[in-house]
Amino acid sequence: MTLTVDRRYRLVYKPLLFIACLIPLGWALGGVLALGGLLPSMPLFDLGADPVRKVLGIVGKTTLNLLLITLAVTPLRQLTGNGYLIRLRRMLGVFAFFYACLHFMVYLGPFQGFSWDAITKDIVKRPYITLGFTALLMLVPLAITSTNGWMRRLKKRWQKLHRLIYPIAILGVWHYWWQVKQDIREPLIYATILAVLLGWRLWRWQQRRAATLKSAPPTARERT
Amino acid sequence: MLIRRTPDIRPSEITPEAVFLDRRRLIAGLLGAGAAAALPAGEAPALAALKYTRNAKLSVTEKPNTFEEITNYNNFYEFGTDKEDPARNAHTLRPKPWSVEIAGEAEVRGKFNLEDILKPHALEERIYRFRCVEAWSMVIPWVGFPLGDMVKRFKPTSKAKYVEFTTLLDPRQMPEQRSANFPWPYVEALRMDEAMHPLTLMAVGLYGRELPNQNGAPLRLMAPWKYGFKNAKSIVRIRFVEKQPRNTWNVLAPDEYGFYANVNPKVDHPRWSQASERHIGDGFFAKRRETLMFNGYADQVASLYQGMDLRRYF
Ligand code: HEM
Repeated sequence: MTLTVDRRYRLVYKPLLFIACLIPLGWALGGVLALGGLLPSMPLFDLGADPVRKVLGIVGKTTLNLLLITLAVTPLRQLTGNGYLIRLRRMLGVFAFFYACLHFMVYLGPFQGFSWDAITKDIVKRPYITLGFTALLMLVPLAITSTNGWMRRLKKRWQKLHRLIYPIAILGVWHYWWQVKQDIREPLIYATILAVLLGWRLWRWQQRRAATLKSAPPTARERT
Repeated sequence: MLIRRTPDIRPSEITPEAVFLDRRRLIAGLLGAGAAAALPAGEAPALAALKYTRNAKLSVTEKPNTFEEITNYNNFYEFGTDKEDPARNAHTLRPKPWSVEIAGEAEVRGKFNLEDILKPHALEERIYRFRCVEAWSMVIPWVGFPLGDMVKRFKPTSKAKYVEFTTLLDPRQMPEQRSANFPWPYVEALRMDEAMHPLTLMAVGLYGRELPNQNGAPLRLMAPWKYGFKNAKSIVRIRFVEKQPRNTWNVLAPDEYGFYANVNPKVDHPRWSQASERHIGDGFFAKRRETLMFNGYADQVASLYQGMDLRRYF
């Protein structure tokens, strides 16, 4: 049986991606359940001596990974010429938001014990928390407007709004960078990947601009 | 005299490393085939039991953390920056044989075998609170002896105002020392009165046995009213000095880590609050614990800092 590309994406690739996106959640959840004795303990679900930080880390890293993978879709599409890839992007972005919310919830509950006084102080006073919180807030409008309905309604403005993903990713990496004590090797890897992904866009944009400048008549050039 | 000088050549220098390692493996095999066989290859031989008495007076009554927790969640950057790294990587450390150099403003100086340094001291167990600067905490049953007793034996001169502790520098044993972004070796120091304080422990054991490598074998400092990083591990040099030494974290980030590093809920780290802590082992949904002034040892140590602005001297 052969499927059209369209159906392959709908019936195979998207469901697979959906399951893949749930793996980190399964890992964290399994760990918490094993901790509570609701699952037999096994090395995979061993969250170590500090399970709270471990889970916070798992979902935080997943958020960042998904943000970067989301940002990689367009360059990949342009490099491979495979336009269908764009169909996977929404799921990646929405999952990034989902994990950001989880990360925030783990922070509020297990990490801070819902001590609202400490939480507000943290958000206002601790630069790395402020950065993370700003990124989370900026993700909210993107998640809300991720549906087809909103895409249609906002038209050109949709694209503009969703460029917020660039500062969000920068804030995410920055948030990570600022909390490590001394060893910046891993945040540096994230920052490098982000720089490549954003640099690619900048480069394409310049290329396009140069092309329009060359081909456009002088009057139009005035306006650009 | 209590202390004998030892020759400057260590066995590790005359024995080729391969032979040395083979021998260790052989010893590991001989030490109870059962336990040793169960360990993954390259794991340290079983830790010997120590003779000690309990010091209930200087112990807290809280429930100690498990051996598993204490030995699998460590900050020991010489073996990696993740807290699980030391447990994984510290098997390359060779705590035996070990020697410690005594240097600086003291009458008794030189390089001494660890056994000779330890011989005159009766070991005791003290259950101390442990508070990391990263706002997590544990309760740990250390075995050791008062640093002050040891310091007296070296007869520091009147110029000795501080005691400086240096961790081993040997990238073959401490692989992360190959990474350049850290000013190895790790250095820490105490003011003389802090060093002489009865709470300040030279720890050589944990849970009644020798220190596991990842906890700073074979000799580490433990001043329980200070943040964990003050307590130098795997010490190879003790130096008496007149001027306040720069401790490693202070060199790295002077606005974040001071010389004193006294646990203080009222003085926050620039990037996070120190008012409360997450206690390891309390469970996933547990509340944070309030951090106590001087980690709960205020009655004993607050007088050391009378009149000092603890915001400035953090
Ligand atoms: C898009 C938003 C965010 C991203 C991408 C993100 C990402 C990350 C990453 C990658 C880590 C490091 C995990 C590790 O060490 O393995 C982390 C840790 C952390 N994040 Fe976030 N984060 C975000 C939002 C937030 C928010 C809103 C808060 C709280 C208000 C927060 C609080 C924390 C805390 C407390 C840690 C742990 C610090 C520690 O280990 O001491 N983050 N985050």
